[in-house]
Amino acid sequence: MEKIAVKVDDLTVAYNYKPVLWDIDLQIPEGVLMAIVGPNGAGKSTLIKAILGILKPIAGSVTIFGKPYATQRKHVAYVPQKGSVDWDFPTTALDVVMMGTYGSLGWIKRPGPNEKKRALEALEKVGMLSFKSRQISQLSGGQQQRIFLARALVQDASIYFMDEPFQGVDATTEVAIINILKELRKANKTVVVVHHDLQTVPEYFDWVTFLNVKKIATGPVKDTFNDDNLTKTYGINYKVSIQK
Amino acid sequence: MEILEYIRLVFSDYTLRTITLGTAVLGGVTGMLGSFAVLRKQSLLGDAISHAALPGIALAFLITGSKDTNVLLIGALISGLIGTFWISGITSKTHLKSDTALGLILSVFFGFGMLLLTFIQKQPNANQAGLDKYLFGQAATLVESDVWLMSIVTGLCLLVLLLFWKEFKILLFDQDYAQTLGFNTKFIDILITSFIVLAIVLGLQTVGVVLMSAMLLAPAAAARQWTNSLSVMVLLAAVLGASAGVFGTAISSTQNNLSTGPVIVLVASVFVLFSFIFSPKRGLLFRQIKLIKNRNDLEFQKTLTFMYHIVENHEDVYHPHAIKILNNFQGYSRKGLQKLISKNYVRVNGEMWSLTPEGIAAVADMYNQNLKND
Repeated sequence: MEKIAVKVDDLTVAYNYKPVLWDIDLQIPEGVLMAIVGPNGAGKSTLIKAILGILKPIAGSVTIFGKPYATQRKHVAYVPQKGSVDWDFPTTALDVVMMGTYGSLGWIKRPGPNEKKRALEALEKVGMLSFKSRQISQLSGGQQQRIFLARALVQDASIYFMDEPFQGVDATTEVAIINILKELRKANKTVVVVHHDLQTVPEYFDWVTFLNVKKIATGPVKDTFNDDNLTKTYGINYKVSIQK
Repeated sequence: MEILEYIRLVFSDYTLRTITLGTAVLGGVTGMLGSFAVLRKQSLLGDAISHAALPGIALAFLITGSKDTNVLLIGALISGLIGTFWISGITSKTHLKSDTALGLILSVFFGFGMLLLTFIQKQPNANQAGLDKYLFGQAATLVESDVWLMSIVTGLCLLVLLLFWKEFKILLFDQDYAQTLGFNTKFIDILITSFIVLAIVLGLQTVGVVLMSAMLLAPAAAARQWTNSLSVMVLLAAVLGASAGVFGTAISSTQNNLSTGPVIVLVASVFVLFSFIFSPKRGLLFRQIKLIKNRNDLEFQKTLTFMYHIVENHEDVYHPHAIKILNNFQGYSRKGLQKLISKNYVRVNGEMWSLTPEGIAAVADMYNQNLKND
């Protein structure tokens, strides 16, 4: 069996009284491209945030390559939802991507020419090099998403968590994201993506997790992505025939 | 009073020099920190903090019996901090939104402070008069040691800002992400907030509880209009804040009986108004001008393409047509036609118009341009 990149045990998260995630056990093997799917309010984003320590779980533990997450931050990169920040913030595209280097710099130390070089390379990878000096509010939604992606790429991590990167993006950006995903898989990186569009799951991903407060199923797309699990997750009788 | 004479006075007169320096330093530090408050969407925090400081001033006087500024300001600092932490406590522990929590703390603390002030005024000892200067501020009471204290805090604030610049920036833009990178966001948060509280408390003597938040917000709001860079914004806000202090003091000291704090705030508001209207990128005026210009350009292009569509099916594209036909096109105007003629895209002969080779080339150009933009 492959190495386990992320292991989640008994994870339970609640806002106020109602549990948002209940007793999640999840193992994500190294090198997979995993989609997390489920209806609105299923706790998909919450799962990622709890794994990353942004939300404090009520119970449960998360290990990255067998060690506690807090000691493994350098191996993990995060692409938050595009709408989670104010894009009218006074800064440029390059500057946002540079933020990806802050973690490896640590406290107080300023980014230098080396960090700038890495940021420019990441911008080129997502096809945004010519926008490097653009004020971020002047970018389209898809371009903003690619900036976020570039910022995560700069971290040069082993595991990438992406929260709905395909949400409301144009065709160019969708292609750019897919190419990045493929490249990451080639480099044996682990990528976990909160995903909404069920139709594209078999095309883009090789591993899938069904989530609706509880974990419904997880495994390779070819074994797991079926009408049975879809129905269990979404509650309605799912009769989409999925091409495999 | 002549301007030159006033400037000479600033350098020679001890009181005027102290007040000018004090308000300048105060405006600088609040402008700097105000940028962070504005970008964190905590504009009202300053208002809540300054009002929350009032009971601290009164209690410090009641406990120590001293009217020494530093003693009173320590009281203000403590109650300001308590108010701030209650606000964040309320928002994280209850369902209340932050504006509700701010309003709640603001009015409860201010009400309690006013109660204590009236209580103090009814006391038999005569020492109490003057505490109410903290309501609207009294710059004239500034002494050299106050200015020193402000300068030290400003220096400290600058140092912290330079050291933790990158941490502040990432916290302001994307707190969750900063946390995943391993930064202790709570620490950075407390650092920023503590400095904001400190700067507000230092300004109470000069500007007062009621108007203090304007010192925090106005320079930052004005600065935001002129720049798209965080560092320039912080710098500019500091300069604008300091200028408001200097000009406000000048106006109030040359026009008898105008109290300094409100004048400083008014000067800062003028900066805001000016910036909202005249800043080149975000200002209302230039946006409107650009909008009208874009509209005119589009109308011009559309008229030209409309003409092209009429002629393109003719064997001879330069064949003249009646001007009347153009009335069918909504974007057509006499002025537009004149512009086309002056650019030599169109020739008019009597009541007939025809496209010129330059006009045809311009249409082709437009099409290529649009294709490129797609």
